Amino acid sequence: MTRERLINTALLLGLLAVPLWAWVADEPFTITLATRVAILALAGVGLNIALGLGGLVSLGHAAFFGIGGYAMGILASHAQSFSPLMDSPVLIEGTKSMPVIWLVAIITSALAALVIGTLSLRTSGVYFIMITLAFGQMFYFFAISWPAYGGEDGLSIYVRNDFPGLNTLDPIQFFGICFAALALALWFNARLARSPFGLALNAARQNPTRVETIGLSPFRLRLTAFVISGAITGLAGALFADLNRFVSPTMFSWQMSGEIMVFIILGGVARLYGPVAGAALFITLEHMLGGLSEFWMIWLGLLLLLVVLFARGGVIGLLAGRQVAHD
Amino acid sequence: MTVLLFIEQVLNGLQFGVMLFLMAAGLTLVFGVMGLINLAHGSLYMIGAFAAAAVAGATGSFLLALAAALTAAAAAGALVEMLVMRRLYDRDHLDQVLATFALILIFSETTRWIFGSFPLFLDIPDWLSGPVSLPGGIEYSLYRLAIIGTGLAVAAALFWLISRTRLGIRIRAGESDREMIAALGIDISRLYTIVFALGAALAGLAGAMVGAIQSVQVGMGEPVLILAFVVIVIGGIGSIRGALVGALLVGLTDTLGGLLLPELFKLFMETSSASTTGSALASMLIYILMACVLIWRPRGLFGGSA
Repeated sequence: MTRERLINTALLLGLLAVPLWAWVADEPFTITLATRVAILALAGVGLNIALGLGGLVSLGHAAFFGIGGYAMGILASHAQSFSPLMDSPVLIEGTKSMPVIWLVAIITSALAALVIGTLSLRTSGVYFIMITLAFGQMFYFFAISWPAYGGEDGLSIYVRNDFPGLNTLDPIQFFGICFAALALALWFNARLARSPFGLALNAARQNPTRVETIGLSPFRLRLTAFVISGAITGLAGALFADLNRFVSPTMFSWQMSGEIMVFIILGGVARLYGPVAGAALFITLEHMLGGLSEFWMIWLGLLLLLVVLFARGGVIGLLAGRQVAHD
Repeated sequence: MTVLLFIEQVLNGLQFGVMLFLMAAGLTLVFGVMGLINLAHGSLYMIGAFAAAAVAGATGSFLLALAAALTAAAAAGALVEMLVMRRLYDRDHLDQVLATFALILIFSETTRWIFGSFPLFLDIPDWLSGPVSLPGGIEYSLYRLAIIGTGLAVAAALFWLISRTRLGIRIRAGESDREMIAALGIDISRLYTIVFALGAALAGLAGAMVGAIQSVQVGMGEPVLILAFVVIVIGGIGSIRGALVGALLVGLTDTLGGLLLPELFKLFMETSSASTTGSALASMLIYILMACVLIWRPRGLFGGSA
C-alpha cells in the first residue's frame, strides 16, 4: 500500500501546486481547470462509494449531480430576483449563502437517493444499471419540460454565491473551497472504507449470502452506501453550478453519468484516489487534445478503450501495481 | 379531441414502437446470447442512417440506400465484434459499459469528421410518399404505414429464424450453455459474430427508415438507444417476444401520453398549467412505466434468469 499512498500524496499535492503556481503566474484559466478537476473528482468520490465499495454500478448519478446543481440554481435565482421560494404556509426565501445551499443540496440529493435506491436495489446486475439510468432520464426530461426554472435553456446566476470570510469571485479562493471539500470527502471515504460499515459493505459486494447469514442486511448496507454516495455527488453538483454560475438540464444527462463513471475507471475502480487521478487526466486530455484537434473525442475514446481492454486497474493500478483485489 | 386524431396517434405510436423493436431486438439478442451490454448499438443505428443518406444522395435510389444501410451497419457490427467485443465477454458489466461508451465517442466523432456537423436529409421515395386512405376515412402517411409493415414483417421473420432454423437453434443453445455448444463442435466465435452483425443490421435498417422522417445527424442514436434499453428491460432481457411487447408498450405510452395527459389534467386544472404539467409528466412517462414494471417484476415481463 505504501506505493499507492505515495502516488496519492503526489496527486493531491500536484492538484494543490498547479493552481498555486497559476495564481503566482497570474493564469486564472488554469486555476479554473484545477477547480473543475477538484469538483468532478468530488463527484467521482461520491460515485466511488457506491461503485467501488458497494459494487453498485449506477448509471444515474447525474440525477444527484443535477439535483445539487438545481438546488443552487433555484435558491440563488430566487435570492437574485428577491422573490420568495414559497410564502405559505411558511415563508421560504432564496439564499446566496454557500453553506446553506450545500446543506440543501446534500439533503435533497440524499432524499432522492433514498427513494431511487429503495426502488432500484430491488433489482441487481444489468437491471440495476438500467433502472438507475431510467431514473436519471426521468429527471433529465423533467428538467427540460418544466418551464418554471428555465426549462431547456437552464438558469444563469450572475454573481457567485458567498462564503463567510472569503471572496468567492477570486478564482484561487473558490478553488480553495472546492479543494477543501474534496479533501474532506477523501478523508471521509478512507474512514468509511475501514469502518465496520465499510467492511460489511465490501463483504456484501463479494458475497451477499454470507453477509446475510451473519445477520446483516445487504439491502440496508447498499442503500446506506447509495444515499451517502448520492449526497456527496449532490454537493459536487452544487459546487459545479457555482463554478459555471449556470445550471442546465445537461447536468442531468446520461452522458454526465457516463463521464463521472469514466473518471473512476480511468483512475482505477475501488482506489481511494481513483476519481482524482481520473478527473485530472480527463480534464488535462480534454484541454490538450482539444487544442490539437477538433475531433479530440476520437482519441479520448481510443484511450478509454485501451484502458478498459489492457490496463484494468486504471492509472493508479498501472503505477501502483495490483494490490487491491477486484474479486 | 376527435376519434380520428386518436386513431392517427395510435398508428404513430405503433410506428414508433415497431422502430424501437428493430433496435431492441438486436440489443436483446446480443445480451441474451453473449451476456454483453452494448451502449454502442445507437452508433450502428446512426451508421445505417448515414450510409442510407450518402447512397441515396449519390444514386437517388431508396432501395439501394436501404441495402447500403443494412450492409454498412452489419459490417461495422462484425468489425466491432471481432476487434473489441470478443475481449469483453467474460468481463463484468462495468467494463462493457465503459468500452462501449468509448466506442460511442469514436463512432460519433468519426462520423462528424467525415460528414460534418450539419444534418443530412434522406427523402421519402415518390412511390411511398403522400397519404393513404384507411377504412373509416382516416388519411395516414403511406411511408409510416410501410414502416409498420416492414417492422412487423421483420419481427415475424425473426421469430421464424429463432424458432425454426438451424441458426436459431444454435442461438438458443448459445443462450443457455455456451461451453456445451462449443463442445458439440460449433464455432462459437463465428456464431457470436453472426448474431452481432444481425443485430447491427436491424439497427441500421431502423436508422435508415427513420432517417427519412427525421434528419440524419450525429448523436441521433443515443436517445433511441436509451429507449431501446427501456424496452428490453420492460420486456425482460434476452427475450425477443418481450422486446416486441415492450416496444409496442413504450411506443404507445409515449405517443398517447403526450396526447392524453394534458387533456386529463385539463379536467381539474386551468388550461395553461394543465398542458405544462401534462407534457412534463408525459416526457417522463415511459421511465415511470419502466420503474413500475421493474418494481413489480424485477426481471421484466418475459424475463427468465439473466
